[in-house]
Amino acid sequence: MEKAIKMKSRELNLFYGNFQALYNINMDIEENRVTALIGPSGCGKSSFLRSLNRLNELIEGSRISGEVFLDDSAIYEKGINVVELRKKVGMVFQKPAVFPMSIYENVAYGPRIHGIKKRSELDEIVCRSLQSANLWDEVKDRLVAPANQMSGGQQQRLVIARVLAVQPEVILMDEPASALDPISTARLEELIAILKTRYTIVIVTHNMQQAARVSDYTGFFLHGCMLEFNRTEELFLNPRHNKTEDYITGRFG
Amino acid sequence: MNGIIEGKITAVKQHNNREEKSQILQAKAGRWERILVILRKSKARFIPEILVEKLLMLSAVVSIMALLLISVFIFSRGVPLIASVGLGDFLFSLEWKPIQGKFGIGAMFVGSLLLTSASLAWAVPLGLLTAIFMAEIAPPPVGRIMTRMVSLLAGIPSVVYGFFGLVIIVPLIRNYLGGTGMSVLAGAIILGIMILPTIINISRDAIQAVPLVYKESSLALGASHYQTIGRLILPAASSGIITAVVLAMGRAIGETMAVVMVTGNAAIIPDSLLAPLRTMTSNIVLEMGYAAGDHQAALFATGAILFIFILLLNLLLNFIRRAGKRYAGN
Repeated sequence: MEKAIKMKSRELNLFYGNFQALYNINMDIEENRVTALIGPSGCGKSSFLRSLNRLNELIEGSRISGEVFLDDSAIYEKGINVVELRKKVGMVFQKPAVFPMSIYENVAYGPRIHGIKKRSELDEIVCRSLQSANLWDEVKDRLVAPANQMSGGQQQRLVIARVLAVQPEVILMDEPASALDPISTARLEELIAILKTRYTIVIVTHNMQQAARVSDYTGFFLHGCMLEFNRTEELFLNPRHNKTEDYITGRFG
Repeated sequence: MNGIIEGKITAVKQHNNREEKSQILQAKAGRWERILVILRKSKARFIPEILVEKLLMLSAVVSIMALLLISVFIFSRGVPLIASVGLGDFLFSLEWKPIQGKFGIGAMFVGSLLLTSASLAWAVPLGLLTAIFMAEIAPPPVGRIMTRMVSLLAGIPSVVYGFFGLVIIVPLIRNYLGGTGMSVLAGAIILGIMILPTIINISRDAIQAVPLVYKESSLALGASHYQTIGRLILPAASSGIITAVVLAMGRAIGETMAVVMVTGNAAIIPDSLLAPLRTMTSNIVLEMGYAAGDHQAALFATGAILFIFILLLNLLLNFIRRAGKRYAGN
């Protein structure tokens, strides 16, 4: 079967000052699939995630070598429009960062930034995004309420709706469920399963079961290197590397 | 086969090990409890503690008493005069002729409001933009140096500001714009500089208190840095920024020495930025040296009005903070 590669990294090295956070990462991220990144804290998986939408550039003294491609265009090339890149590659953070405004305004934030002013158009985007994030039925009667009055799980889905509103192609998720209770986590995982039919998803998680449940591919990171990358069931059932086996069976990390 | 047995042995060993550890932990906890009981019973530790407690309470009571005494004093001397003149006449009458027994502080009342608004009008935008630069745009070392410089600005005694105004600003205005130079404009310039540190420091803190993840989320949605500042960071910091403005307003209304030195102090409502004015604080400091009887009481009454002003500003602050909490934080 022909694989469609949405994003790929080639010989990617990342430095923070003198510290090298990533070593020669080569990864193919397949379209409409969920790719999970696992590994102990500080192994570089979040840094890798942030290098996919150039968010690592916010950190003072960060440097990169090697290349990252989105649909065959190199995103670190000079002259690449970072705004366009980040519109296409959306991101969900660990702590649901709802903005201090109403539910409606949270979702409308991105479209407004990108110049959509007409109320009817905004209404439609907000409604569609909230529906896609499985949140519409819960909030449709209180769109003007402050967003921080929602539960943690609802906030995380609101953040996803906010990302969907700018119509991305890839969604990066940095431990999206680590602050959620088990029920909200389950709902988030259901949502991920639905979203992958339309988007390409890369998710960083500390939760091995979660990686096994939601992802099609898994990459195991250790000390800034990607030790192993494979189909998820391959990686969990027949890990090639004994460090991978140690980690997924909980013997260290 | 052997491997499996070995594995089991290791598991059992680990299990025993864990139990031992938890026993040690329990023993440690028990020891702490015993130590706490001993400490509670020991009087040697108790006596200094009571002393410290009393000392702290005494200090608190003295501070509060100072506030109470001052308020009682000001109001007991000032309120009877306001009552005899009538609050409306006292506040709004433009006739301040103490010798003829006419006590209307209308001109000073307007003067205080006018000078405060004039200084806020330029110091708030300048201070806010400076705060944004320091918090969001300047490289951290530059931001730190600027923070120190702003603190220095706050530490300059007000008489020095007044002196600077008198020697530099007033002649400049006289030479280039006309009039005596002792004017609303001179006062607004000096007062504006004096309230800049308040505006800068408090708004910068408010901007820096906006969680980093807001900024990252906004940038990750494809917003530019300036869009993020304008549409997310400033609104999120708005209650802190309004607090900065209100505190600056309080400082501007209360400022006396520098204002007296550069504004000319005529008890009339100014008809232009180049005309002199007199504020309520100036009124008190200019006349308290020789005032007696009703005249003195009228000065206390002016103080009482100022006091109420500051009180209202404080109430407004509380209100802003409570309103700010509605949206802030998660």
